[in-house]
Amino acid sequence: MNDKKVIWKRKPLIKNRLLRIGLILLISTYLLSVFLTTEIDWQRILEGIPRGKNFIFAFFPPDFITRSDEILAGIFESLWMTIVATIVGILISIPVSLGAAKNIAPKFVYFLSRGVITLSRSFQEVILAIFFVKLMGFGPFAGMVTLSLSTIGFFAKLLSEDIEDINKSQAEAIKSTGSNWFQWVNYGVQPQVMPRFIGLSLYRLDINFRESAVIGIVGGGGIGSTLNTAFDRYEFETAAAVLIVIISIVMIVEYTSSHLRKLIK
Amino acid sequence: MPIIKQKDYKTWKKFDRKRDLQNWLCWFLGTLIFSFCFGLISSKTIWFYVFDSHNEALDLLGRMFPPETNYFLTLIKPIWDTLNIATIGTTIGTLIAIPLAFLSANNTTPSKKFIRPLALFCIVSSRSINSVIWALLLVAVVGPGVLAGIIAIGLRSIGFCGKLLYEAIEEIDENQIEAIEATGANKAQIMTFGIVPQILPAFTSISIYRWDINIREATVVGLVGAGGIGIELDAQIGDLAWAKVSVILLAIVVAVVFSEWITAKIRKAII
Amino acid sequence: MLKTINLKKVYPNGEEALKGINLEIPNGQVVALIGPSGAGKSTFIRTINRLVEPTSGKVYFANEKNDITSLNKSKLRKIRRQIGMIFQEFALVERLSVMENVLSGRLGYVGFWNSFFRKFPQKDIEEAFRLLQRIGLEHMLDKRADELSGGQRQRVGIARALIQNPMLLLVDEPTASLDPKNSRQIMRLICELCKERDLAAIINIHDVYLAQNFAERIIGLKAGKIVYDGKPSGLSETILTKIYGEEDWSKTVAN
Repeated sequence: MNDKKVIWKRKPLIKNRLLRIGLILLISTYLLSVFLTTEIDWQRILEGIPRGKNFIFAFFPPDFITRSDEILAGIFESLWMTIVATIVGILISIPVSLGAAKNIAPKFVYFLSRGVITLSRSFQEVILAIFFVKLMGFGPFAGMVTLSLSTIGFFAKLLSEDIEDINKSQAEAIKSTGSNWFQWVNYGVQPQVMPRFIGLSLYRLDINFRESAVIGIVGGGGIGSTLNTAFDRYEFETAAAVLIVIISIVMIVEYTSSHLRKLIK
Repeated sequence: MPIIKQKDYKTWKKFDRKRDLQNWLCWFLGTLIFSFCFGLISSKTIWFYVFDSHNEALDLLGRMFPPETNYFLTLIKPIWDTLNIATIGTTIGTLIAIPLAFLSANNTTPSKKFIRPLALFCIVSSRSINSVIWALLLVAVVGPGVLAGIIAIGLRSIGFCGKLLYEAIEEIDENQIEAIEATGANKAQIMTFGIVPQILPAFTSISIYRWDINIREATVVGLVGAGGIGIELDAQIGDLAWAKVSVILLAIVVAVVFSEWITAKIRKAII
Repeated sequence: MLKTINLKKVYPNGEEALKGINLEIPNGQVVALIGPSGAGKSTFIRTINRLVEPTSGKVYFANEKNDITSLNKSKLRKIRRQIGMIFQEFALVERLSVMENVLSGRLGYVGFWNSFFRKFPQKDIEEAFRLLQRIGLEHMLDKRADELSGGQRQRVGIARALIQNPMLLLVDEPTASLDPKNSRQIMRLICELCKERDLAAIINIHDVYLAQNFAERIIGLKAGKIVYDGKPSGLSETILTKIYGEEDWSKTVAN
């Protein structure tokens, strides 16, 4: 009786033993069923390996020269689209995010704004682009509308969360001076969310540029169109050049925006 | 300075003259750039189509309704595939992101000069290339199908999770590590007792967040042949079967709302 | 000047914060409101300018006809201009400068676009200069509010309330986040300014000692009811026990 040793074991992550075993079982059945239901054509993959090798080698050396004017035109078009879409999207997002903040908006406006956000977030940019290209014709305008719309979902959601987190007493103090609603937003709310606002704008600019590279594939203009054309013509060297240009621009944008964000704090 | 002394009284302005001028200049330049960019876009736009788009939209909506509800049964398998692409892709992505994040965090990298820039480059390139482009490349290599989608989502997730994770690692509390170090622990022990407990919450929330995003991404990789519901969408749009397209769109909204609901639940349970 | 009749507040969760407060405050009187946490002190002063909507009861301000509880929104804003408020954790807008914070007290008097471009009337700006000088922070005018120390912030909060040119000050725990020295200085400043301007004030305060020293009248609140109303000198051990509960009060009453 007394020779029972004191044993210490690490506390398990999930306390309930049944739940723990259940979770493990659940995960393994899930993995098994994925494995069973997914048709993977191993033959095709084996064939694909040498083909893939050739394919990858086809990318080298990247060819910036042959289609340089097309690449440049595509890049600039993407940039225009990105800038306009980000500005338009943010301008529309401001009222939406005020409406989607529980502490500011009346119930009716709140649900309306949340609905707008959910709708714009549900569809990936590419799907939206397909439809806008269908409605408005090929070209950068459809791309711009797509990017603006998806900016709203992203921006308004995150900004409204920040508005909901503001320091209440600062806002209350402004209200107690007898300010009207707009003054209250301008003095009590805006200064508090400004750092987040600027950070999100820069972040979204960066995202919009990256997205502009894909919506071109479905006809939304910009560098994506150039990339798509290069693939269609089997000019993989040019495609490689386009990819490298995209990566380097994203790196530059990201670097500058992180520096700007630090400056603004 | 913003206090301006006039002859007999002093007044106050938010900015002095120079800042005022700079501000106006910035706004002016901003407007100019905006109009310039918009001008370029509009020069490439056929405005007739744009102004006519509401008619087109009404026409399209007319064709989409009523949705062909029994088509939903055919969609079950693609939806299942989409969920799998997102889930397995996220898992693979985060698993690869972990070592990469440790290699690129300032305070854990073995070599700042050589390995860190290399790891950072991997992260950035994975981030800058959209999953659809990854899918486009992979379909050419491994052939069309779910596998290409999984790998594409995985590759894209590496950069995203890697970046957020290494930022989390750089923000850990050095005191706790010092305390572990002081007990005479070796590197691996420091890792398991000092670093891992600190970044575990960040890690889980990052992977859940990415999973949520990946559900959306997984709906489109199919457009270029990489499996999931996107393949159906592409096919039905190609066939102009709009009554089926609307069913697909509804299914996507449901899946996205569902995933958002689940992530919110899990996040609450963890925090 | 201020009269509340049977003022009640029940929060949506069923908590009865105020159980019928009847109170009358004449012009220029500085009243300290004491009581344990959760007695309803904060709720009470917030129901006066309706930052918290009272459930029932009346609040007469300035004259017997002017019932704040029945005003519409724009009339309520006009009344709020005449009631200055000072807050527990200063509640300065941290990312605005000291001057902007002080001038925000005039928001009820200027239009939106003027306030948006920070164009306040010269008269207001001069008043702001005067107040900042009075509280000794003229040199800090362009500092951002989050660069100031606690005592300095509360001074700016006082200036913001006074620039409204109010008839009544509502003061919510002005010293709760300050050290003892600053607490006394701030209380002294508030009381001096009230005297200078013949201003009535209701000051919520935890610290019985400070209340006794600075206020003309003390009101003890417990569980949403007034349990004491009288001179500071009348606070005895039994009364403090009634307000706060059993404790050795002999040291507090001693002075």
